[in-house]
Amino acid sequence: MISSRRSFLKIGLAGAAMLAAGGLIYRQFQPAPQRFVLDDSGRSMLAAVIPAMLGSALPQAAAERTASIAQAVEQVRLAILGLPLAAQKEVQDLFNLLSLAPARRLLAGIPPWEEASAAQVADFLQGWRMHRLTLLQGAYHALHDLIAGSWYAQPAHWQAIGYPGPMKELS
Amino acid sequence: MAQENRIPDPIAAGLASGWQVVDAATLTGARTIEADVAIIGSGAGGGVTAEILALAGLKVLIVEEGALKSSRDFKMREADAYPALYQESAARKTRDKAINILQGRTVGGSTTVNWTSSFRTPPATLAFWQREFGLRDYTQEALAPWFAMMERRLHIADWPTPPNTNNDLLRQGADKLGIPTAAIRRNVNGCWNLGYCGMGCPTNAKQSMLVTTIPSALKHGATLLTHARAERLVWQGDRAESLLCTALGPDGIVPTGQHVVVRARHFVVAGGAINSPALLLRSRAPDPHSLLGRRTFLHPTVISAGRFAQKVEGFAGAPQTVYSDHFLETQAIDGPVGFKLEVPPLHPVLFSTTMAGFGEVHAETMRQFPHIHATLALLRDGFHEDSRGGRVHLRGDGSAELDYTMSPVLWDGARRALLAMAEIQFAAGALTVTPVHEQARAYASWAEAREAIAALPMKPMQTRVASAHVMGGCAMSGDERSGVVDGAGRYRGLANVSVHDGSLFPTSIGANPQLSIYGITARLASGLAQQLTGRPAPRLEA
Ligand SMILES: Cc1cc2nc3c(=O)[nH]c(=O)nc-3n(C[C@H](O)[C@H](O)[C@H](O)COP(=O)(O)OP(=O)(O)OC[C@H]3O[C@@H](n4cnc5c(N)ncnc54)[C@H](O)[C@@H]3O)c2cc1C
Repeated sequence: MISSRRSFLKIGLAGAAMLAAGGLIYRQFQPAPQRFVLDDSGRSMLAAVIPAMLGSALPQAAAERTASIAQAVEQVRLAILGLPLAAQKEVQDLFNLLSLAPARRLLAGIPPWEEASAAQVADFLQGWRMHRLTLLQGAYHALHDLIAGSWYAQPAHWQAIGYPGPMKELS
Repeated sequence: MAQENRIPDPIAAGLASGWQVVDAATLTGARTIEADVAIIGSGAGGGVTAEILALAGLKVLIVEEGALKSSRDFKMREADAYPALYQESAARKTRDKAINILQGRTVGGSTTVNWTSSFRTPPATLAFWQREFGLRDYTQEALAPWFAMMERRLHIADWPTPPNTNNDLLRQGADKLGIPTAAIRRNVNGCWNLGYCGMGCPTNAKQSMLVTTIPSALKHGATLLTHARAERLVWQGDRAESLLCTALGPDGIVPTGQHVVVRARHFVVAGGAINSPALLLRSRAPDPHSLLGRRTFLHPTVISAGRFAQKVEGFAGAPQTVYSDHFLETQAIDGPVGFKLEVPPLHPVLFSTTMAGFGEVHAETMRQFPHIHATLALLRDGFHEDSRGGRVHLRGDGSAELDYTMSPVLWDGARRALLAMAEIQFAAGALTVTPVHEQARAYASWAEAREAIAALPMKPMQTRVASAHVMGGCAMSGDERSGVVDGAGRYRGLANVSVHDGSLFPTSIGANPQLSIYGITARLASGLAQQLTGRPAPRLEA
């Protein structure tokens, strides 16, 4: 009896502390940003950038290539969803920027992504890579790391680079 | 599966034996937990502290924002390991995005994913601390017993197995040039020489905190709270009265909306450099000299890739077993910035994201993967007067961000390091050498490389810089004007808060930091145990 009353008291106190704590936390921090969402324009952008980034790592045969790109787009999306919310928000901003027609034309020099040639996309990547604005260099690195990292994370792409993968019995 | 039959899983066994582990992701209501000592973070500093305090008979609570994983979860795949076990999915970056930072975020912290290299704090570093930071009792002699104790506890010993080719090429190239190298001691027990330390050890051979100090603390009655992010300490006068924690969902990313309040007599901050100062900044800890979060060091690391005719297969075998301190020892500690040479393990994600370029150049580099030898140089930051480290800021959402700019003296060190590494790789027989830089190519001779590297612009985002060694931010010092923490690890101006992790260091270490953290925090935790219990602290046994 006594011990149950004690723990009741404890819960009561804990509850009061919680309310106070919750209020403090709420006042101190802005609401957390939302998770990244990949919309159609983001998909088109990735579908154009991925082949330029990966070069001949992608298969050449048309059907296989299309399927590979679609898979790579999905892997990039999943990789972004593994980032903290603040980073997801930054990537979202980058994708939104690259989807907006004026920004895309001005900053990337690219017609609608579906119409962009391989050479145009490569020029865009090289332009950002060497840009005097470090913000755009950083954006290039983000695309580089997200695309290369999620591609070479896939066991299906290991044989092509002579990587045997981890010991089968343990993986 | 076959693995579960053959490799015992100490975590599963411990849980079955009744360890007190609370996964905050599963909480559905408010919760208060009380303890004598609450430790925030379960990495190198937090793990050692937890074991010592639990053995001393104190009721310990360990708060960890990562998840509790174990050998059977470690599948040696980068795709699983980085999001699950690393801060920010292994994509943590400095504020300007120019430096990539690797830190662990799981029970065991960075020790669960680190590469096992074990060095005592170099005597020159300790002498500098005594001289410049008034840390009078940080002498080699005073610390030796603590290093020795932790070496026994964590099986730190010479590694008898021959180095893999990746490491051996560093030795061979250096040899040819008359540059001395030596073997690295490792903290392993029954190591299979797999080469996947960075993804969590699937055989429990690595003596990380996950399989050593934390199980021992739990066995002695400690409680482990996982998926709980320490948000802020709440003060009552000069005492921390409670700690507010946010519960994270199973993905470790999105808060569940639940909170945990932790009450304790004493709080030990051990969230690692960057996160520890951030917690104290969020808590508005006293900081009259504006030192908190400053002097954060990285051992900024530059990389050189050599292509060899023979296979190197840098993914196979113990990752780091050969090093050279030649470029540290041949110059004054506070003169031109010196660097330590080692080789990193090579795996497809780490390699593909590190190598510069895109399209055909990148695809071709990737096809050479098994023939690539990579070497790296860790720049010893924090000693030269123009190397004052970075500063931790809070983002709008309260999360931590490190602002770190490479000063000209560091860029000068980076260039000398790229030159030294290229020369060594050619001496070892490299066909081509590519410094990891956006404007570099594969150079076919040392003469060509030397000329090109001399002309490469050393600039953020152009020269690739990475770090797996974050130190400082809550610097300790004998003098309150140069450190928020005193030589006993006590936060100045607060009666019951200590810092026990890599954020204590007033400079970088100039060697891989894990053993420095183990030895120094063992001493600090023993002092704390004695103070809290009135009895001498227990010694840790192997
Ligand atoms: C890939 C890699 C390889 C390395 N290789 C080596 C090596 O070979 N040799 C060597 O000496 N060193 C190596 N290191 C570095 C070494 O592991 C670290 O320096 C050391 O572990 C740091 O110890 P720490 O206690 O400061 O922090 P950590 O070990 O990083 O532990 C901090 C813990 O606190 C938790 N935490 C942080 N903030 C909060 C919060 N607010 N609430 C709750 N929990 C929180 C984190 O999730 C983490 O688990 C390596 C590191 C990495 C990442």
